Amino acid sequence: MTPLKDLNVVNPDQSTQTNSNLHGRIWDPVNECLNRETLVQLQTSRLKETLLRVYRHVPSYQKKFLQAEIRPEEVRSLEDLQRLPFTTKEDLRLSYPYGMFAVPMREVVRIHSSSGTTGKPTVVGYSRHDLQTWTELAARFMTAAGVTEDDIVHIAFGYGLFTGAFGLHYGAERIGASVIPMSSGNTDKQIMIMQDYRSTALVCTPSYALTVADRLEKSGIDPRSLSLRVGLFGAEPWSEEMRREIQERLGIVATDNYGLSEVMGPGIAGECQHRCGMHLFEDHFIPEIIDPDSGQVLPAGEVGELVLTTITKEAFPMVRYRTRDITRLDYSPCPCGRTSVRMAKTMGRSDDMLIIKGVNVFPTQIEEILFQVEGCEPHYQLVVERVGSLDTLEVQVEVNDRIFFDEMKKQRAFIDHLEKRFLSALGVGAKVKLVEPSSIPRHEGKANRIIDRRP
Amino acid sequence: MKVEQISIFIENKSGRLAEVAKVVGDAGVNIRALSLADTSDFGILRLIVDRTDIATAALKEHSFTVSKTEVVAVEVPDRPKGLFSILEILDRHGVNVEYMYAFVERCGANAVIIFRFDDLEAAIRVLTENGVTVLKGERVCSM
Repeated sequence: MTPLKDLNVVNPDQSTQTNSNLHGRIWDPVNECLNRETLVQLQTSRLKETLLRVYRHVPSYQKKFLQAEIRPEEVRSLEDLQRLPFTTKEDLRLSYPYGMFAVPMREVVRIHSSSGTTGKPTVVGYSRHDLQTWTELAARFMTAAGVTEDDIVHIAFGYGLFTGAFGLHYGAERIGASVIPMSSGNTDKQIMIMQDYRSTALVCTPSYALTVADRLEKSGIDPRSLSLRVGLFGAEPWSEEMRREIQERLGIVATDNYGLSEVMGPGIAGECQHRCGMHLFEDHFIPEIIDPDSGQVLPAGEVGELVLTTITKEAFPMVRYRTRDITRLDYSPCPCGRTSVRMAKTMGRSDDMLIIKGVNVFPTQIEEILFQVEGCEPHYQLVVERVGSLDTLEVQVEVNDRIFFDEMKKQRAFIDHLEKRFLSALGVGAKVKLVEPSSIPRHEGKANRIIDRRP
Repeated sequence: MKVEQISIFIENKSGRLAEVAKVVGDAGVNIRALSLADTSDFGILRLIVDRTDIATAALKEHSFTVSKTEVVAVEVPDRPKGLFSILEILDRHGVNVEYMYAFVERCGANAVIIFRFDDLEAAIRVLTENGVTVLKGERVCSM
C-alpha cells in the first residue's frame, strides 16, 4: 500500500498530522487511496457477504435471485455481479414500508424516506453501524470539498425525512466544524444568520444558492461582505454554467456531491479540489453504467445510467439499484491522490431523457444554453410532438425584462440566436417560443419540464 | 421633445390584448395611441398613455413584461405627400426609422406620427432644423 506519509491525514483516529498541501486534505487516506487490486479484493469479499445476507433476510431478493436462477455463492468475482437482477424504485414501493429491511426493527436506529412525488414514498432504514458509515463518508466528501474544523457550516437543506440535511450535519460535526442546523426556507433569515454567525460553508441545492444570490442582490447586500467561501451543493442535477454563475454571484467555490436516499443519502460521491468528477466511495458502493434501455453494462467511460450496489450496509442493502441518473465513470488517476473512480456530474434522469429524431436530449443541456445566453433564467418547458413522422421539439421560455426587446427585429434576432445554439449543442433543431412570465407551471422540488405529446 | 412609450410582451392567444386593456383601464389610465407588432407566436404592444408610471406598475403587478422606450411625436401635414415630406428629410440625413405609427388625435390641422429612431437626438435635431414640429411629451400624453 502507498506509504501514508505523503498524504494529508486529517482524521483524528488515524493521525495527528493536519498539514494541508496543494491538493487539499484527505479524511480517510487508507480507504480513499487503496490500490485497485486491494480494492477489488475488498469489494469482492464485501459483495459476497452482502449477497448472502440479503438472500437470507430479504424475501424479495431471494425471490428475484431464484427467478434469475442464480445463488449468492455463484457470485465469485465483480464480473459476476452482471448476472444479478436489478432492483428498481418499483421493487421498493412493492415492499413498502419495511419489506426490504435486512435486519430486525430493533436494530434499526433511524428511518428516512424519499420524496415520493409519485405515489407512496420509499422508506429506508439505518442500523447504528450504517449511521457511522454514513457519517464517515459525509466527512470524506466534505473534507474533499475543503471543509475543515475551522468552518461554520450553514445547512439550508430541510431537516426531516429527507436525507440531505442529516447526512451533511453529522459529516460536518465529525470533521469538527461548527454546524448551524438552519433548515430550509425564509431566505431573509438565512441571510441574516449568514451575516451574523459568519457562515463559511453553505449546504443547499444549487437552485437555492441562486435564490440566495437573487435575494442578496435585491437587498443590496454585497455577497463579498459575507464570510462564505465554499458551497456544497447537491440533491438535483446542475450544469457547469450554473456552477459558474453561483461562483461568480456568491464569490465562493461551488462543489458538487452525489447521493440518493435509497442507497444511503449524500456521501456516495463528492468532488475534490480539482473538481474533475466526484470521487465515488468504492469501498462501500460498486458502480456500474448500463444502457437504460437494454440493461446491458457499458464499457468504462461511456455515458449511461448509474447502477449502485451497497457492500457495507446492514439495514437496507441495495443490489444493483437503478438510480435513473445518467453519468459517466472515469478511472484515470486524480492529482489529489484518491484512487477511487470519479463520476461525472449527473446529466439528467434516464426518465427525463428525450429521444428526438434519434438524438438523446437532456433538459439539463437546454438549461445550460439558457444560462449561457445572458440573462435568461431557466423558466422553460419542453414540448415534444410528432408532425407526420417527424419529431419536433419546442422550447418555451418565459420572457423577462432582460430578454424582451421593444423592436421586433431584435426580438427575432434573440430567438434566432437561441435556436442556433440549440441546434449546435443538441444536434437536433428546436423551435424557441417566448411565453409570458409565470405562464409555465411551477413545481415544488423536482420540476417536470417535459410535455411529450407523441403517440 | 421625447415621449415615453411602454412596450408589453403578449402571447399571441385569445384574450391577452383584452387583459392588457382591462389592467390599464382598471388603473384609470387612458390609452392615447397604440401599435401592435406581431408574429404567429407573440406580439409587442406599444402604448402611449396619459400616466405611464401607473400603467407600468399595474401591468407588472399582473405579471406582464413591460419596458419603457423613448419615441418622438412629430406633426405631419394632413394632406397628400405630408408623410413623404417628413420621411424625405429623415432619409436625406441618414436617420433610420425603426418603426412608426399614427396617433389617433390631430394636433390642430396636422396629423401626429410616433417615430422610433435608432438615434433619437440626431433625429430630433434634423427634424427641428428642417422646420418640422416635434411635440413635447406632456402635450402628447394630454392630447
